[in-house]
Amino acid sequence: MFTRRHLIKTAGAGLALTGSAFGLRSVETAAAPIDLPAALPEGVRSNAMLDALPGKKPLIKLSYRPPNYETPIEYFRTAITPNDAFFVRYHLSNIPEVDVRTWKIVVGGEGANGQAEFTLDDLKRLPAAELVAVNLCSGNRRGLFQPHVPGVQWSNGAMGCARWKGARLKDLLDKVGLKKEAIEIVFDGADSPIIDKTPDFIKSIPTWKAVEDTTLVAYEMNGAPLPHFNGFPARVVVPGWTGVYWMKHVTSISAVTKPESGFWMNTAYRIPLGRFPVVARFTSQETVGNTPITEMVVNSLITNPTDGANLKMGPVVIGGIAWDGGHGIRTVEVSSDGGKTWVAATLGEDLGRFAFRTFSYDFAPKAPGKQTVMARATNKIGQTQTTELIHNPAGYHHNVVHSVTFNVA
Amino acid sequence: MRALIIALAAAAIALPAAAQEKPVELKKAPGLDKVEGNCSGCHSLDYIVMNSPFPNAALWDAEVAKMIKAFGAPISDADAKTIADYLKQNYGS
Repeated sequence: MFTRRHLIKTAGAGLALTGSAFGLRSVETAAAPIDLPAALPEGVRSNAMLDALPGKKPLIKLSYRPPNYETPIEYFRTAITPNDAFFVRYHLSNIPEVDVRTWKIVVGGEGANGQAEFTLDDLKRLPAAELVAVNLCSGNRRGLFQPHVPGVQWSNGAMGCARWKGARLKDLLDKVGLKKEAIEIVFDGADSPIIDKTPDFIKSIPTWKAVEDTTLVAYEMNGAPLPHFNGFPARVVVPGWTGVYWMKHVTSISAVTKPESGFWMNTAYRIPLGRFPVVARFTSQETVGNTPITEMVVNSLITNPTDGANLKMGPVVIGGIAWDGGHGIRTVEVSSDGGKTWVAATLGEDLGRFAFRTFSYDFAPKAPGKQTVMARATNKIGQTQTTELIHNPAGYHHNVVHSVTFNVA
Repeated sequence: MRALIIALAAAAIALPAAAQEKPVELKKAPGLDKVEGNCSGCHSLDYIVMNSPFPNAALWDAEVAKMIKAFGAPISDADAKTIADYLKQNYGS
């Protein structure tokens, strides 16, 4: 499927070439079946295929329209995910090509003292901020839920980590001034539904989160313009929080004094109250039973060896990545005895508290045969991964300890 | 030359996602015409295959109702029943 050479080429292109975000359409669509986890619904295992969107490498296509494509696990062996391998997730099918000559963001709303418009050049004239952050779909690993829940049946690849550069959202808001009653900041993007009666995809975040120094309106991703399918020309970046708030092709930023309502706020993207160890609260949207999803839960993924690999008897490097909602990773531990004992892995370069943190562990199998290895991350406030799924109707926050089984002979 | 490259790049991103879409063949069974006619305008039919075969009858009913009530799909009551029956028969548990 993917050769090592192919991967190196891909990683280099995504990081180094400005033009790669607008690269010519790739024609390498592999016909080979994809090896997806057996825990996924049978339908997605038969339906998914490698397919290249314009400007993208072949990714795992789950749905064409709206396009939902996940990143193959091979691309997670480094902390930075290449732009042309970065996952694609849309809720609505009408995704216009944005013309930067006419595109602008309107900032205002009834919770602001005024209104202002920002072109791409205007954004670039504001002080630039840069940070590395994970963009992860709330429903990443939904397909691994047992019992299954409806939705896009993601495996492990509805996530990526990039170096984002842009203006601070608070600098845009400062230009118009916020009223003291402004409780939420509402985002809309250029994508829209096919029929008028479908609710447009609109999301808000609490004002306190919007004005943090790390919340950006980003126009660069890994040193290049954002790929069309990742929000060109600019998207909101809310480090630590799940991808649903990272509005792509953002065109409108409005301060409001009343909680934003609508399908995407009131019904979708909610988690049961009190079930998950999250710190960030979105109190203006909480009900007696549920609350909007906020920050990512601590998690990790073993990227090598892959599940089912056949290896030669001898030392095996267990590698992977860990991340959380912005506290930073303290440790990743590995177990080769079903979770009875754990040994600390070596952490890779620290690219910041919002980034993927690579880890590696030299595992020496005691005897030939089947080996099962697990990885468990703990963040700097002591939160760790769960061993049993916290089931919830929409299939969010899957952070069950990941394990891979491989054979040495 | 540079202008040409830029023009080509612009053309590449101008292609809508749908330009890539290959037909998704659902199981041939009574009601398929209503599924294709009512569902594929807003989303590709791989959504159905992907979400199978785990839904029971109640879940497929709820999904069809969600498309109408939450997403505003203009589907008649008769067609909604035909679609739900097709999904239960062909993509249900």
